[in-house]
Amino acid sequence: MDIPAQIQPLVKGHMEALGELTVEVAAEDLVAACQVLKAQHKFVRLSTVTAVDRFPAEPRFEVVYHLYSIEHNQRLRLKCHVGGEAPEVDSVTGVWQGANWYEREVFDLFGIRFRNHPNLTRIMMPEDWQGHPLRKDYPVNGFK
Amino acid sequence: MSYIQNQFERNIVTTSVDYVFNWARQSSLWPLTFGLACCAIEMIAASTSRFDIARFGAEVFRPSPRQSDLMIVAGTVTLKMAPVLKRIWDQMPEPKWCISMGACSSVGGPFNTYGVLQGVDKIVPVDVYVTGCPPRPENLFYALLKLQEKIDTTPNLVKRPTEVRLEESMLDQFKQQIRIAQIQNPV
Repeated sequence: MDIPAQIQPLVKGHMEALGELTVEVAAEDLVAACQVLKAQHKFVRLSTVTAVDRFPAEPRFEVVYHLYSIEHNQRLRLKCHVGGEAPEVDSVTGVWQGANWYEREVFDLFGIRFRNHPNLTRIMMPEDWQGHPLRKDYPVNGFK
Repeated sequence: MSYIQNQFERNIVTTSVDYVFNWARQSSLWPLTFGLACCAIEMIAASTSRFDIARFGAEVFRPSPRQSDLMIVAGTVTLKMAPVLKRIWDQMPEPKWCISMGACSSVGGPFNTYGVLQGVDKIVPVDVYVTGCPPRPENLFYALLKLQEKIDTTPNLVKRPTEVRLEESMLDQFKQQIRIAQIQNPV
């Protein structure tokens, strides 16, 4: 699969491995790229939103979106880097409603905030929990 | 006893309060339907015809804590589930007993992680611990027999002490650990 022409100007980097295309965009261009991909390339399904913590590196987090086009039977992996003390990225709930809980999960476990999210609260950990457990600088062990 | 024995008609039996009450309680334990993880599958298997928990009079799994007197904590207790478990335990009427089934609910098992309670005995008093990961149904039956032995020796005219070992410092220590970990650079 080739990189769709309409998002070509937004692409910062790309990689193809095992027939799967990974496209990286800047965090500011994320929603624009998603809108184009959904409207013009029929990526109507957002399979998942997740994140990767590359702790000592900066920018620290990669937010990963897996898209699927039912019409063309194609998959696309979309990435953007965020970092800093309070990592923030635009929410894609305006494009896919289903992103709501995925983004809550990423916020809960990685502490990445999503701008314009309708209800950015914890979804897995207890409401009064402190910290974000899947960060690399979070203690691995529990308490005895 | 011997003084009043044979003083009445033949169909009167004299016995003690403790004996009758304990006999009734141990012979018809009503467990709560409360499965948390894979141990619950073994608990369900224990109630099937192959293993048949009804042989021990404990087959009436009740969906309501108000009607049950035995809580089998079958599985990993996460910190998010712990308040729910405590509340269900509090809703059960006295007398009540608790079996901690499997490694996870007894000591946390393999999950020494941020989200798992390290032993259900930190929030509810446990009568019998079952080893195994998960324990076989026979193992659960052994615990049930042990519990019946324990009930048999309980004095009833004295109230059963409910001892709860809740460590208040537990959560504070963990929060402090998180704070320290966020300041330092572990790499």
